[in-house]
Amino acid sequence: MSQTITIDPVTRLEGHGKITLKTNEQGEVSEAYFTVTQVRGFEKFSEGRPYYEMPSLMARICGICPVSHLIASAKACEAIMSVEIPTTAAKLRSALNMAQSIQSHALSFFYLSSPDLLLGMDADPVDRNIFGVAQKNPELGRAGVGLRRFGQHIIELLGRKRIHPGWVVPGGVTEPLSAVKRDEILALLPEAYANIELALKWYKEIADRFAEEAAHFANFPGAFLGMVGEDDGLEFTDGKLRLIDATGAILEDKLDAAHFDDVIGEAVEPFSYMKFPYYKPLGYPDGAYRVGPLARLNIASHAGTPLADTELKEFKKLANGPVLGSFYFHHARLIDILYGIEKIEQIFSDSTILDTHVRATAGVNRLEGAGIAEAPRGTLMHHYKVNENGQITWANLVIATGQNNNAMNRGVLQAAQQYVKGDKLEQGMLNRVEAVIRTFDPCLSCSTHAFGQMPLSISLVAPDGTLLHELRRG
Amino acid sequence: MIAAVDVKTLVIDGINVSARADQTVLEVARENNINIPTLCHLDGLTDVGACRLCLVETKGSPKLNPACVLKVEEGMEITTTSDRLKHYRQTILEMLFSERNHVCAVCVANGHCELQSMAQDQGLTHVRLPYMNPKLVVDASHERFVSDPNRCILCQRCVRVCAEVEGAHVWDIMGRGIGSLLIADLHQPWGESSCTRCGKCVQVCPTGALTDKSKLGSDHPKYPEFLPNLEAMREGR
Repeated sequence: MSQTITIDPVTRLEGHGKITLKTNEQGEVSEAYFTVTQVRGFEKFSEGRPYYEMPSLMARICGICPVSHLIASAKACEAIMSVEIPTTAAKLRSALNMAQSIQSHALSFFYLSSPDLLLGMDADPVDRNIFGVAQKNPELGRAGVGLRRFGQHIIELLGRKRIHPGWVVPGGVTEPLSAVKRDEILALLPEAYANIELALKWYKEIADRFAEEAAHFANFPGAFLGMVGEDDGLEFTDGKLRLIDATGAILEDKLDAAHFDDVIGEAVEPFSYMKFPYYKPLGYPDGAYRVGPLARLNIASHAGTPLADTELKEFKKLANGPVLGSFYFHHARLIDILYGIEKIEQIFSDSTILDTHVRATAGVNRLEGAGIAEAPRGTLMHHYKVNENGQITWANLVIATGQNNNAMNRGVLQAAQQYVKGDKLEQGMLNRVEAVIRTFDPCLSCSTHAFGQMPLSISLVAPDGTLLHELRRG
Repeated sequence: MIAAVDVKTLVIDGINVSARADQTVLEVARENNINIPTLCHLDGLTDVGACRLCLVETKGSPKLNPACVLKVEEGMEITTTSDRLKHYRQTILEMLFSERNHVCAVCVANGHCELQSMAQDQGLTHVRLPYMNPKLVVDASHERFVSDPNRCILCQRCVRVCAEVEGAHVWDIMGRGIGSLLIADLHQPWGESSCTRCGKCVQVCPTGALTDKSKLGSDHPKYPEFLPNLEAMREGR
């Protein structure tokens, strides 16, 4: 008898989503859908606004990664203005972007996913949260809180606010860095290094316990997209894009924002408000690709900072070619954090960072512009068109999470086929299906309120509407 | 021989004050450090009583009067603060917020907005009225400035400063009531109007309705207090 199983809402991720599983006559999961249930409308209601308002307007999409939106949006505006921003401003933005990746990754790894990793996928949902982590491994809990604080503190020092700083503007940043703030940031580094070292060591100790999950959590051959620097190393803010296939062969390289939409298309499916970007030459859905920490590590030849270089070399030994299992997003996220801390140290150790020329000015010099940055969850693109007065006539955003949409759907199906069996549902089996989604750290409505235990109900319903089994929590 | 000054005595919030006969209750109150909230009033411009925030109670009168255009009278007893006035002022602010699209978080005037500050001063925490969400078109046709009617509260400071101080009279109000709109010349794009590009209207605008192009939040303070100095200089004082 075929059935439909719904997990709604999916917990411990940012935003609202649901998972629908359909079983065939033999009771095996045959179809899986990951649905984003909200529409936001930012692309539409920004029409008519002056272009220079876009960074602050677009940053409101998300309370976790407003900085990425600020940067991608400011870069799109700078393309419209046709200006090159001062070097110091570019470095300051780069540091801000790393601070944001660190705090966001800390939220994903420690607050949202470490409960599964530390307490087990089958642990009681009552304990399977950050408080359970803090109780069982206080050091790990503290490291997570510390890393999130580290990132947010730097954002606050640079941009005056932890969330939605108004510091990044088209043309650069609004004010230069003071020596006092620079020194305060440098003083935060030792603790951050200690925290990420502890987390990496712990992760490597427990990773082997999840070999089965690693094999079934969205583990499949596919392409990866991300930004690399001029030297092929990791880059989050001012690089160009590279797309590789499952064997590591380069499909696109040195792709800049202006040509992004030549090769990336967006498909839509009737079951979700989230779009499905794909690589045009391969078509949809074959051209689906993954972005984010795993993609970044797969496409970069090296990290570019000493400690992260060592970690990346070790990471690349996990596979002969790109690491394909999405479970390793967790591992990649920790390496991103380490790289971010090192990058921040590099940037603030450079004396030119106190330069006071941090903003370029210009009016509308082009009627179209696009900007790209690496958000914590992957490549983020803002693309605008304006009229001669500088008012937005068209806007398109390609969000990192959207680019993982196809992979998340495939991953949910893969995990559900492995773990959801029979006509009785277990918390652990459904938690694994949710945990697949969590490896991608999706930002669905891009808001901060989905922390902790949301009410969750799962129903197993027969085609005639008979309730076969129901699980509730919260 | 010095001409005798016609002096009136009155009571404001229980305090005996004296004033020249040509003064308004608002002027006298401020001279005596009694605060009456205002939005449309600006020192250096003719008062028009547009915003109604300065409403005060006058003993013996059932009506509330705007202090900015209420001339002093002998023996007047004025109350500037009461639960009734607080209710009216909050409601006026709620109406201002609900009539247009004031979104402080993404407004270029955030942190430098008199409407925002006034709402905070008056203890406004919620808007109980339904938002009207009108679809109003931004005018960015001017080389240096932008007019965003979404953020306009129709205080008419811009109309007055342009007509009374700059002498250009570019701005006017079109339509009536809630549908009123600020227009340049006879409803031309600002960039094609007879604007002298002096920028006074931008400086006196209490919100983000008239702004410098490309300027944002922290780099967009305004200096409306320049007006009395300008007038003093012109009069050779």
